[in-house]
Amino acid sequence: MLELNAVNSGYGETQVLYGMNVTAQPGRVLAILGRNGAGKSTTLKTIMGLLPTKSGTITFDGAPIAKRPFDIAKSGIAYVPETRDIFPSLSVRENLELASKRFGGGAWTIERVIDLFPRLGERMDNGGMQLSGGEQQMLAIARALLMNPRLLVLDEPTEGLAPIIVKLIHDKLQDLRREGLSMVLVEQNFGFATSLADDVVVVGKGQVVWSGSAAEIRADAETQHKWLGV
Amino acid sequence: MITDLGFWTLQALNALQLSMLLFLLSVGLTVIFGLMHFVNLAHGALYALGAYFAASVAAMWGYWAALLLAPVAVAGVGVLLYSGFIQRMRKSGPMAQVLVTFGLIFVLLDMTRIVWGDLPLAIEVPAMLGGRLAVLGVEYPTYRVFIIVLGLVVLGGLAFVLGRTQIGAMIRAGVDNDEMAACLGINVERLFFCVFCVGCALAGLAGVVAAPLLSVSPDMSLQILIPTLIVIVIGGLCLLQRGVAGALLFGFVQTFGAVLAPQLSSVLIYALLAAVLVIKPVGLFPAKG
Repeated sequence: MLELNAVNSGYGETQVLYGMNVTAQPGRVLAILGRNGAGKSTTLKTIMGLLPTKSGTITFDGAPIAKRPFDIAKSGIAYVPETRDIFPSLSVRENLELASKRFGGGAWTIERVIDLFPRLGERMDNGGMQLSGGEQQMLAIARALLMNPRLLVLDEPTEGLAPIIVKLIHDKLQDLRREGLSMVLVEQNFGFATSLADDVVVVGKGQVVWSGSAAEIRADAETQHKWLGV
Repeated sequence: MITDLGFWTLQALNALQLSMLLFLLSVGLTVIFGLMHFVNLAHGALYALGAYFAASVAAMWGYWAALLLAPVAVAGVGVLLYSGFIQRMRKSGPMAQVLVTFGLIFVLLDMTRIVWGDLPLAIEVPAMLGGRLAVLGVEYPTYRVFIIVLGLVVLGGLAFVLGRTQIGAMIRAGVDNDEMAACLGINVERLFFCVFCVGCALAGLAGVVAAPLLSVSPDMSLQILIPTLIVIVIGGLCLLQRGVAGALLFGFVQTFGAVLAPQLSSVLIYALLAAVLVIKPVGLFPAKG
């Protein structure tokens, strides 16, 4: 479904990814794990067109991925950034409508995302920055789902959240996984990531140093210790 | 004088009229800066161009045609500026943007001299707006009332578009976070272009409505630049409410300062600017988030 082949990328003159090779299969969850600064978020930003691909190729459904973020979004990839990036000038309703009115006609509607996250239904007229961290994460995921994506890309969805919210987000993403939504997940929380993922790649110093199934990484204490510090 | 209610009403109307003129000019600049993070010092030159276009069109077809066509013509100049400079310089950083757009002021200023000459031009107030109206018990020039009403109509229109429509939500989202807006499928570059052209048209509109009150001269762009920058620094560099607040503060301090403390009138507004910069450097009404 999504394939990165020998991708080099980074911030300006600073190269972060060195020949990154990653493949996400349809209907499966791929977790990208690694220590801070390993290149996980850079990989997602490169996929989304927020950072330029200096060399290498990225294909989505067999075709080269678009260059500009808005074309990539239209091709069916929705992004939940690490910082959530809720628009503070917009209410919760407007944040949701921004996606639903542009990508309507699919399975995901505002009513359905409120069924998924009922808390958002109570906060529809609140400003984006009046939400707690957990509510902002729910809104960021709901907004991405309203794009009716074929691939959902999530960057550190548990970052800075209380354990009870982490469990809630985990359960909701598990529901989405069971429905067959393809996902790429970057995550520091090893237990969270490996309980959701089907496939795992471990990234170190801007390249893939290990790949396999979630069950395999759970059983591989040496890789966990060497590359993830678990 | 102090106990004469009519005097205060008159000064308040003068302040409101000045505020609305500054609002028309500064709102385009604040929205362009808010959305594009681009410092366009040549915005005042577009105001002067609007006045010159208005002078030419009014001479042929009258004021109302000028009011309609001059903002469109200035938007056309905005298209050329965007394609030639703004688009290429968006990532160049504020210093390069300031230098280039400051240079553009003088290029546009000399172009107006070449086309229209050095002598000031005048536009007649249209006959329909030529008299005086009784407003809150005072006789006030109809044309100045027209400027106040036009400013309020533009303010209402922009508030509606920005606050109640999908395109307005897209603009606000782009101002908040252009990268995330793009990740939601919004063509932010095209949005920038449209907003830039609307901002230019508003500068042109300000030039048209100011033309009958002032003489249309090449240096009007430089005269208006500092007040416009003061308005947006006081208000806060973002969207509508801040532009309105800054324009009102400027208009009232300038007008009442000139009446109540004429010796200090030339420094009052700069004192206000300095106070805002010291106490609240992000402006009185900074952007959320």
